[in-house]
Amino acid sequence: MFEALQDKFSGVLRRLSGRGKISDANVAEAMAEVRTALLEADVNFQVVRRFCDQVMEKARGQEVIKSLHPGQLMIKIVHDQLVELMGPVDSKIHFVSPGPTVLMLAGLQGSGKTTTAAKLAVFCKKRGKRPALVAADLQRPAAIDQLQTLGDQIEAPVYRDDRTKNAVAVARDGVKFARDQGCDVVIVDTAGRLHVDAELMDEVGKIAAVVQPHQIYLVADAMTGQDAVNSAKAFNERLELDGVILTKFDSDARGGAALSVKAVTGKPIKFIGVGEKLEGLEEFHADRMAGRILGMGDVLTLVEKAQQELDAEKQAEMAEKLEKGRLTLDDFRDQLQQMRKMGPLKQMLSMIPGLGDQMKGLDIDDREMDQTEAIISSMTRQERERPEVIDGSRRRRIAAGSGTEPADVSQLLKGFEQMRRMTKMMAGQDMRGRMQMMQQMGKMDLLGAKMPKIKGGPKLGTSSAGKLSKKERRQHRKRRK
Amino acid sequence: MAFFRKAVEKLKKGLSKTRSLFVGSLRAVLPAGRKLDEQLLDDLEEQLIAADIGVRNVAKIIEDLKTAYREKRIATTDDVIEALKTEMKMYWPEADRSLRWAPSGPTVILVAGVNGVGKTTSVAKLTWWLTQQGKKVILGACDTFRAAAVEQLTIWSERTGVQIVKHQMGADPGAVAYDACEAAIARNADVLLIDTAGRIHTKENLMRELGKIRKVVANKLPGAPHEVLLVLDATTGQNAISQAKQFRDVAEVTGIVLAKLDGTAKGGIVVAIRNELDLPVKFVGLGEHPEDIEPFDPESFVDALFA
Repeated sequence: MFEALQDKFSGVLRRLSGRGKISDANVAEAMAEVRTALLEADVNFQVVRRFCDQVMEKARGQEVIKSLHPGQLMIKIVHDQLVELMGPVDSKIHFVSPGPTVLMLAGLQGSGKTTTAAKLAVFCKKRGKRPALVAADLQRPAAIDQLQTLGDQIEAPVYRDDRTKNAVAVARDGVKFARDQGCDVVIVDTAGRLHVDAELMDEVGKIAAVVQPHQIYLVADAMTGQDAVNSAKAFNERLELDGVILTKFDSDARGGAALSVKAVTGKPIKFIGVGEKLEGLEEFHADRMAGRILGMGDVLTLVEKAQQELDAEKQAEMAEKLEKGRLTLDDFRDQLQQMRKMGPLKQMLSMIPGLGDQMKGLDIDDREMDQTEAIISSMTRQERERPEVIDGSRRRRIAAGSGTEPADVSQLLKGFEQMRRMTKMMAGQDMRGRMQMMQQMGKMDLLGAKMPKIKGGPKLGTSSAGKLSKKERRQHRKRRK
Repeated sequence: MAFFRKAVEKLKKGLSKTRSLFVGSLRAVLPAGRKLDEQLLDDLEEQLIAADIGVRNVAKIIEDLKTAYREKRIATTDDVIEALKTEMKMYWPEADRSLRWAPSGPTVILVAGVNGVGKTTSVAKLTWWLTQQGKKVILGACDTFRAAAVEQLTIWSERTGVQIVKHQMGADPGAVAYDACEAAIARNADVLLIDTAGRIHTKENLMRELGKIRKVVANKLPGAPHEVLLVLDATTGQNAISQAKQFRDVAEVTGIVLAKLDGTAKGGIVVAIRNELDLPVKFVGLGEHPEDIEPFDPESFVDALFA
């Protein structure tokens, strides 16, 4: 998608490349592509219209920075504007003292309130709090049981009253119960309701009036379409929301609802819900969200991070080694450590355009990287420089030294050999080429991580099909310029 | 006939909320007698996009209207509404919308969808509807994952007065499906309705599990499942297409239940799904009660939208 959008931009803007300025006509043409991309991501059409106007204003007459192409510059402007609109982000829960801090959740049916209530409780627990849950959803059959089961799982007390149909009373008594239990956070789960259901909207208003929550969050489904603005607006008018929690982010929805909801309520998106595990509540990052909406991964951040973190001198040295295929396991370990500075591997991989989707739902364990480092550290210097010398007996020693199995050592060596072959190919590529390589590396079983099989992807490291001759490489470079 | 009248009222009431917004704005765009011009087409395009029909499908509809205008088949706004109506009604031929019944033995209906779309509620509604048709229904509680899902379905089975086959939470849903099939055969049920856990369509292992449930049913009863219904939330945007694709590939979906059409969401995504995947809508859900269900009727759906 990123490629597609960028290609379209480049096509539209190619004509002006000599002039170095973006003209009105070019911008308008490019904006048509942006509009389509945003609409396909489910951003509300009115929000899209306003957004496009703002971007046009910003882009008009901007000089094309030397390092960027006009297409890239347009993407940067669009991206920055998205980030600006979705920020500033405030992913803190402001706990009050003395407690308890009362948090209330509201939203449409099926948006994920009950699961989110449990996830919030886990989030609070990790911050040393004692949360209690209040089952004020008296509409859906077995909703109370669901919250109870979740509460038992995470060892948080649950207030329930099966005898009454009065949600306001349950909420009020629930807060008192939490206080008596010595809890410092109360999370009130309410029934899902349609924003056009006057009766139930009255009820949720009454609950808020009685328990006086310190924070009220709207729970909204990331897959919501154009209607997101209507429901968010209605809930905000009734409840004076403090923030929004977007759920089901483990889907492949582009999540344009995030922009819509922010635009109509003006309230920050606090968290995103990812997956069914109760730890799956993450802070919201406007920049990542912008990339997702545009379908382009978080490429800008990745480039910036790479530039900041990678020591230039080391890179030069490495480049020479790569070119000659003389990579050692020491270098490999260095690389791993460099990569770690940039953040967890999974997070980084997900930022690479095109790779992001495939990485969703993939558990790359940072512990596996620890293991890899441990194995390398258990080798002698000679072994690190010339892994060929490692035989069965050495393998067993290394495994024992690093607390792993000989098979793990073999797997690492195999992965390393693949990487060595690949790095030879990588040398002599520019940043973009390298990124493409990294995408393909993701497809290899480099760290023994459980990488997904990608259908139809080129097989690397098993044949020489992907390798380019010097001449071809030169031609490639020329074409890119 | 009291039931029939009530049903029609229900549908009207549910759709009226949808209609008031949609038509309210359509009216503003399309005052009677207004000449068809670029501005009007732009306005119309936005209205259709706002209904979640999807930017590409809308572009196609607008193109068709332009062609019709050039060929002088339409001239004013009144013609536009008629043209849209005729066009959309053709999307859902009747043969596609009826349930497929087993020639003998129980008809098995598998209900699937992502989390929170309203699967369990839809199963309850289908139970009510089938019971009204004089069918003997039995339920299979194959959502053994979500906390209290089995309890939720049990409560519905009591309210609708049908039998339920269930295991413990965390049990293998395939095993529940197997037992449910056996029970349906042994007890001479007309219909076995199987509720499954919500699963995000991008999660491979969960989708495989759904495929397995399907296989268990198919092995136990040749020809089953006769229907695999995907429940879609009417508020869902373009991602519904991705959902429908994945579920179709894994579980051979035969039709859509469009839930939560009683809100302000326009449910236009079914137009996109019809165009892109050729999947018919079979039922619509219009509320939280078991009787809040209707077989999908494109005539009234479209009429209500444009009336």
